[in-house]
Amino acid sequence: MIDREQVLHVARLSRLRLDDAEVETMAGELSGILGHVDRIRSLDLEGVEPTSHVVQLENVLRADTPWESMPPQVALANAPEPFDGAFRVPSPQHDAD
Amino acid sequence: MADLLDLTVAEAAAKIAAGEISADEYGSAWRAAAATDDLNAYLWRAEHSESLEPDWNGDGESAPAGEGDATPYGSNAPAPAESGPLAGVPIAIKDIFTTQGIPTTAGSRILEGYRPPYTATAVRKLTAAGAHVLGKTNMDEFAMGSSNENSAYGPVLNPWDRGRVPGGSSGGSAAAVAGGLAPAALGTDTGGSIRQPAALCGIVGLKPTYGAISRFGMIAFASSLDQCGPFTRDVTDAALLLGVLQGKDPLDSTSVGIEGGIELPSREDLSGLKFGVPRELGESTLDAGVRTVFEATVAKIEELGGQIVEIGLPHAEHGISAYYVIAPAEASSNLARFDGVRYGLREAGDEDLIEMYERTRSEGFGAEVKRRIMLGTYALSSGYYDAYYGQAQKVRTRIAQDFDTAFADVDFVITPTSPSVAFELGAKTDDPLAMYMNDFFTVPMSLAGIPAISIPGGFAAAEGASKLPVGFQIAAPAFGEQKLLEAAHALENVLGVSRA
Repeated sequence: MIDREQVLHVARLSRLRLDDAEVETMAGELSGILGHVDRIRSLDLEGVEPTSHVVQLENVLRADTPWESMPPQVALANAPEPFDGAFRVPSPQHDAD
Repeated sequence: MADLLDLTVAEAAAKIAAGEISADEYGSAWRAAAATDDLNAYLWRAEHSESLEPDWNGDGESAPAGEGDATPYGSNAPAPAESGPLAGVPIAIKDIFTTQGIPTTAGSRILEGYRPPYTATAVRKLTAAGAHVLGKTNMDEFAMGSSNENSAYGPVLNPWDRGRVPGGSSGGSAAAVAGGLAPAALGTDTGGSIRQPAALCGIVGLKPTYGAISRFGMIAFASSLDQCGPFTRDVTDAALLLGVLQGKDPLDSTSVGIEGGIELPSREDLSGLKFGVPRELGESTLDAGVRTVFEATVAKIEELGGQIVEIGLPHAEHGISAYYVIAPAEASSNLARFDGVRYGLREAGDEDLIEMYERTRSEGFGAEVKRRIMLGTYALSSGYYDAYYGQAQKVRTRIAQDFDTAFADVDFVITPTSPSVAFELGAKTDDPLAMYMNDFFTVPMSLAGIPAISIPGGFAAAEGASKLPVGFQIAAPAFGEQKLLEAAHALENVLGVSRA
């Protein structure tokens, strides 16, 4: 039901890189799971309100009092590549120098 | 020593408060017990410390002292309070809760070496009540699993039979309590991750109402379902811990707390209470031994004066389908934060940013996490959103309505916790759908956001094992925890299998 192309498309959306064997396994497993899940697609639920959250939420506001924020050295302590008070990442552009 | 370890949390706390036993002695007895872990239940243990003094980034740098709960990251290290309802009690913490300066992995390679700069509210509530962090427990990666075989740090073994799984995803917490490695533990339950391992390990596991306990600092899996709760040896201890843990938290806008708090249960009979048994249970796939224990427990309820009423949960059979769309959909969004930029693993190179993301996530996540991210992303993707995600949310509404209808007639709904006893390691790892079916009886309550407890109901034999625990699940309306705990307490007294 889920073919190779679809797996590769969803993997791209998910920012995952799968090798050929993983693509194969994933196609089979996702098809199996969705085959079961498909039973709900045929239920007549016209007009039923969807539930995204069970608690009746009201907007929550806090007092406008300043907080001491996490200092930069704390925020950066776990960073794989801290640089000059910031998080360094590879260039977002393919052809960057 | 053995005597100290036999005490429940409530008993030990009372004796410590009365000066009958020393908190130091009690604490070191448990640290020594935890050090004998041969179940792979712990990922990190407090070896020596009386007070935790984390040196969390190795440079002597530490987060500045905050203004208690009012800051975005809480106060400094979780130093236990001197007094309180849990003074001197060590508690094991599932590794999904952030603990300042203490490694926190959520069972994933992608967080190996991560030391959080703040502590989860639930853990802070425990330490503010005097409890100590005994250790961080093993779990299925990002709480995705029903057997604890999805941990990047190896499976946890069931203390009743080391060839079998402890259940999941809070398998380490359940095994630690059942195996005598902790007096109590904290876990999380998204679709059954407290109740099912409690059942498979023969202890008490409580999933409170969604919103009863703050989720701040609990690494998110499915935010509309995740809820934290205790693993204990008996129902009284579950009540004691829930009383400490519950409450509205300014750092979690979905937290509500339980009005009036929680008292220790004292009820000894069930007269005047109605227990609903879903008629759909008749045709459910269920181990014969599990069914026998369930029926025997139902008979005990009647002996205690409780009334058994047949109810209908017609949409519960679609719970697994709805859950395995909604939870992965939320997970696919929540896990986007693991991208190799701010913390955790980075598989970098000289490539571009997208390539760094992809390589990091592909190396850092295990197979089940990838599967759920893919499933969730698919369900949310253009062209499938209404058919899967939208439809699943409507099923969720129907399931919640089924419970509302049932609770108009009865006080509680009862089911087995898990369709089977603990299965053998590796038995279901090649069949994700078979693994998901473990959650058949626990997922509907999660989708409805209502509280449910699993207590030990009895024992059943399985191939190659003569005696494995069977769990009994009791569910109550939202915020009905006090009544739920009272009923569970009365029932466990006559079942006599808790603390076995």
